Order: sequence, then C-alpha cells, then structure tokens
Amino acid sequence: MLKINGIYKVFNSGTINEKVALRNLSLTLKEGDFVTLIGGNGAGKSTLLNCVAGVHPLDQGSILIGGRDVTKLSEHKRAGEIGRVFQDPMMGTAANMGIEENLALAYRRGHFRSLKWGITNKERELYKELLSHLGLGLETRLSDKVGLLSGGQRQALTLLMATLQKPKLLLLDEHTAALDPKTADKVLQLSNQLVSEHNLTTLMVTHNMRHAIEYGNRLIMMHEGRIILDINGEEKQKLTVEDLLKRFGKASGEEFANDRVLLA
Amino acid sequence: MLQIILGAVSLGLIWAVMTIGVYITYRLLEIADLTVEGSLAMGAAIAAYSIFNGMNPYQATGLALLGGMAAGLITGLFHTKLKIPALLSGILTMIALYSINLRIMGKANVSLLRMDTVYTDLEKLGMNHTNSVMLFALICVMGLIGILYWFFGTETGCAIRATGANHQMARAQGINTNNMIMLGLVISNGLVALCGALIAQSQSFADVQMGVGSIVIGLASVIIGEVIFNSKNFFQKLISLALGAITYRLIIAIVLKLGMPANDLKMFTALTVAVALSLPMFRAYLRPMNKAIREETQDA
Repeated sequence: MLKINGIYKVFNSGTINEKVALRNLSLTLKEGDFVTLIGGNGAGKSTLLNCVAGVHPLDQGSILIGGRDVTKLSEHKRAGEIGRVFQDPMMGTAANMGIEENLALAYRRGHFRSLKWGITNKERELYKELLSHLGLGLETRLSDKVGLLSGGQRQALTLLMATLQKPKLLLLDEHTAALDPKTADKVLQLSNQLVSEHNLTTLMVTHNMRHAIEYGNRLIMMHEGRIILDINGEEKQKLTVEDLLKRFGKASGEEFANDRVLLA
Repeated sequence: MLQIILGAVSLGLIWAVMTIGVYITYRLLEIADLTVEGSLAMGAAIAAYSIFNGMNPYQATGLALLGGMAAGLITGLFHTKLKIPALLSGILTMIALYSINLRIMGKANVSLLRMDTVYTDLEKLGMNHTNSVMLFALICVMGLIGILYWFFGTETGCAIRATGANHQMARAQGINTNNMIMLGLVISNGLVALCGALIAQSQSFADVQMGVGSIVIGLASVIIGEVIFNSKNFFQKLISLALGAITYRLIIAIVLKLGMPANDLKMFTALTVAVALSLPMFRAYLRPMNKAIREETQDA
C-alpha cells in the first residue's frame, strides 16, 4: 500500500546547520499493516511522516501510495488518499468552525469542492451517528465550535475526520503525546478500533515504548534518519520494553538515552 | 441635523460594501490586505473614466468590479506563487495601482458632474440625490449579503473559511490553500472596487488619492460592527458589518459637527482602530482578576 524507495531529506542544505533527516530510507507497508514507529528525538520519525504526506519535498527517492507515484504531488493533492492526525490537538481541526463543518470539510477530502451547499442534512445524520460511537457526547453538539472542545475530544474528532473518507494510508504523528495519560489511552483505543474496523494501513509515531509494543502488527525503530529495527508478527508480540532497549543499543551502538522515552 | 444623519447613513451603506470586502481578507483569511487602498481608487477611476466616455453606468460599475478582482488576483499571485509576505504583496500592488489609476484616468481626477450615474434612474423617479444613493446602496448591500451568505455556505466557501482558520488542516483535508487565498483576495478586492465606483458616482468625481487611509476605515467599520453588534451566526455577522460601516459614518459626522477639524479625521480614525484592536488585551487583563476576586471574597 505504501512503498518508500531510498528517500533522502536534507534540511538547511549547504549551511552549518545542515541536517540529514532521512538517509536512504526504504520501507514497504502491506495493506492493513499497523506499524508503530519509535525513535529518539531527531531520529526523523516526524520528517518521514511529513515526507509521505507531502509537507516536505524529497531530495531523492520516491514514494508510492497504492501503486501510484506521489513523489511530485503537492500536499493537498495527496490528501485524498491520506488521513492524518497531528501531535498538536489544535492542528487537525479548525477551532472557529463548528463540529459538523469540520466533519463536512473532511467528508469532501479528495473530492472536487463545488458550489453545492457545504453540508447537507443527510450528512448531519451520518455525523450524529458516527459521533455517538465516540461516546463523548459530541453528537448533541454538532454546531458547537471545535474551539470549545478539550484536547482529547479534538483528537478524537480529528481521528474521525481522518477516517471519514476511508484513506489508503493513516498517519498518526504522536497524536496522544499532548494528552494526559488517561485521555491518551482512550484516544489510542479509539485509533485501534477505527484501524481494525476499516482495515486501515497505518503508520503511528509514538514516544511510548509500551504503546509501540502493545499496538499494531509491526514495530519499526529509527535512528539518525535510518530504520535500525523492524520487528514483525510473533516476534513483536513477545517483545518487552527491556528487549527493545537492548536491541536498540546493539543496532545503534549507543545507549537509548532519552528521558521522554524511558519515563513513558 | 437630519440631513447630516441621512448623508452619513447613505455614505455608510456604500462603505458597507468595502467593509464586507475587508472582512473577507482580514477575518476570514486572516490577512491584512493593503491592496484595497489601490483597488478602491481603481474602481472609482474605471467607473468615472468609462462613464465620462459615454459608457452605461451599470456596465461601468461592473467593469470596476472586474478591475478590482484583477488587482486582488495580482496580490494573490505575489503572495502564493512568489511567496512574498501577504502584507508586502498588498503594499506592492497598492503602489503599482497608483500609477495604473493615473493611466486609466489620464490625469489625477475625473469629474462626473451632470453625467448619468447608477443613481440617476432613482432620481428620475423623484427622489433627491441622498435618498437615491441610500436606496441604491441598500439594494446593493442586501443583494451582496444574500450572495455572500450563500457562497460562504457552499463547499468552496467553506474551503476558504477553513484555509483562513487553519491552513495546515485545510491542506490535510485536500484543500488547495493557495487557490483559496487567491479567490478570497479576488472577491474582496472586487467588492472594494465596486465600493469605489459607487463612491465616485455619488460624489461626482474620482480622484487618484481616494483610497488613502481606506483600509483603516474598513478595519474600523469591521471592528465597530463586531464590538457593538454581537452576532451569533454568519448572516448576522454580515448585517453587523453593514451596521458597523454606518455607525462609523455617524460617529464621524457627529465629531465633525462637534467641531473637530476635518484634517484630523484620519488621525481620529487611526486612534479609534488602535483602541478597538487593543480592547481584548485590556479585557483579558481585567476580567479574570475581577471574577477571581469576587469569588474569593464571597467564599470568605
């Protein structure tokens, strides 16, 4: 479903701040793969997701989604095939627009936007039903501004928006990092539920090793712009946090010294 | 006194067209677009020159609208394709328009005395000039509010609003944010030029300097409309913009009547906007403190 071939991404090229964020990275995701992606700060996890989404143009290599080469396509042109949830709960929704308006925007992802009404009554029924599945009581607040919602509610709404038009690829970029642990668990469970319901091919960045092990069918670890670990199937199910730390040390040749990861 | 009020209301109704244009860029797209200073004069220049040379005033007004839209498109291209900051893009177009407006008119001003204008038909029905301007502007504003209410409720209109609200989210939802910014600037400047054409015909002349300070008048009207008339939905918001423009004109008429020299007008307007824009800061500074203190003292 996703095929990444030897991509490079260099920031501030030619200056003293030059940073090679992705080095000759290749990765293939099969349809229905739920891949968790971990790594220290600056490993290139978010850059990888942003390159797939088209936020950054590549310096080399190519990206194919569902067999189509999207390397040269701009962000909004790829959006029809990609659902995204960001780390910052403010980023995935428009705060001064209503819940139903946000959903209606997402409902038209990948479709031409005409001069027909931006939202229909038939859609409202659909949104009500889908929102009631979230169990957050949002189904009675369709016209409320999204700015009135909590961070967790906004992330749940963004998840719903990302999956409203079934995407070929779902990108979750540390989407629970800004939430308190209880809300984070709830949003993660919701993500898991939506992913399995729609059999979505998913790439989820997390700082939390426990989450990375618990969710998904495949775990990838990045370090300095490369993939250094790729653990699949049964091997992943048996994995523990200690295993992961040990294997990171072996693969990268250094200690996994990152407070955020260790404490999580 | 009644004449002064009626004059202010009719002027306010014409400027309501511009206020709505400024609202589209300033509030919906979150861009302070200075192009309007040039496109206002451009609308006046196109309409005045065309009418002076025998064109039907309605066609001339339509042509002014198109001219303004073109000006907005230029600013949009500067900003989205050449990546020039929005404020600077607007300033560049504004400055260029000064020369273009001189070229359109061939001189610094054109008089429309004793020419047929869009108001002439109403005057022929026996209305005086002020009343016919008022009625024509009212019809224009009502029509515009209807059209814009519909447009910003469509899929495309929603995409423009989403672009202004959160461009990252808009792109993630597949919206071509560059095109939406350009479309917003085109509509906005078209309206501003339309306003310029209506002003030129009501005062019977167009001047290349007409646009100076108009952005501040537009902003003042937007803010007055928002502060005084608390609107709950988009339709009320559009109405409140028109009322804001009228209120601004009434305030100006009153302070002039009270003896403020006309030369101080622009400074007065600038100060009004500065105070209005800083209101949220003072409010945020005062309100939570008062509330907290009140609750504390009640508990004790």
